[in-house]
Amino acid sequence: MHELAITQGILEIAEREAAKHHSGRITRIKLQIGEFTGVVKEALEFSFEVVRQGTLAEYAQLEIEVVKLRKRCPSCEKVFESKDQFDFFCPQCNAPAQIISGREMQIEYIELD
Amino acid sequence: MHRIAVGTNILEVNEQIAEENRQIFQENGIFVVNLMSAPGAGKTSVLEETIKRIRDNYRLGVIEGDLMTTLDTDRMEALGVPAYQITTGTVCHLDARMIHNALHGFSIDGLELLFIENVGNLVCPAEFNLGEELKVMVYSTVEGAEKPKKYPVMFHEAEAVLLNKIDLLPYAGVALEELERNVLDVSPEAEIFPMSCRTGEGIDDWVNWLINRIETAKKKSAAPETLRSSRAVTL
Repeated sequence: MHELAITQGILEIAEREAAKHHSGRITRIKLQIGEFTGVVKEALEFSFEVVRQGTLAEYAQLEIEVVKLRKRCPSCEKVFESKDQFDFFCPQCNAPAQIISGREMQIEYIELD
Repeated sequence: MHRIAVGTNILEVNEQIAEENRQIFQENGIFVVNLMSAPGAGKTSVLEETIKRIRDNYRLGVIEGDLMTTLDTDRMEALGVPAYQITTGTVCHLDARMIHNALHGFSIDGLELLFIENVGNLVCPAEFNLGEELKVMVYSTVEGAEKPKKYPVMFHEAEAVLLNKIDLLPYAGVALEELERNVLDVSPEAEIFPMSCRTGEGIDDWVNWLINRIETAKKKSAAPETLRSSRAVTL
């Protein structure tokens, strides 16, 4: 359950941004979470319910976009997604590929009152 | 209502502290290894076996992370190695701040090699950089051949994967080749070392690789100075 620690991080950043813009109320927090992270969307939502109490985001909507794991083959440049398993070899030439998305853990935007 | 673009990494604070730790370690010339695994895979046993073989090469220390008890620190101190225990209570991983705070209570003066044994957990520790130079994962073969596919992130993050307890393979019904293939599927660049802390098989290979890795890093960090001096000569 490191989602609790991660959620605290989210709220710290969101409250800091709200303060910067002189807002006392966060209405929405939009996250991008890569599917190749150790973060579970449901656990994040659950943690958010707990941690948001008494913060500027107490009544905020949490929106989580799960970003697909995509890889690029260094030899043939093909970009491919995983189907049901996370494998890292190019389906065309079988070379080990590099991750280009799917490791994200970021706040894309917040909405303020 | 207005929308503010943020674009900030959620783990930003951890990353910043990890970077501070990294600088402290670099300035002090300490090579830091973050050792991760599920509970019971054999991290502490691997550490003991590694320390016995490497202690004449480097002055070393250990930071232990566990939810509770000082059992692991006791095992390290029994080897005569300075050790510091972080008990996280309920937190399932070590983060950079815990390491930073540990440095106030644990002297790293004169150390050349520091092992950080993370909290036993197959998922969470993989997301938290501590300021280490090298991430190593211990996986016990009896956990099954398919776990790398099911819990791929830690395998992917680790530069070296130590497949421990190979002496138990015949009893566990696990095929080592299949396990190795599954590790490489999710972590194509990983160095894989099958080993047994019970029989000692394979440990020397891992330790030799580690020494090599430490020495390569030392040369790399010394390189800018070499560049500077060679430039001074041409001037």
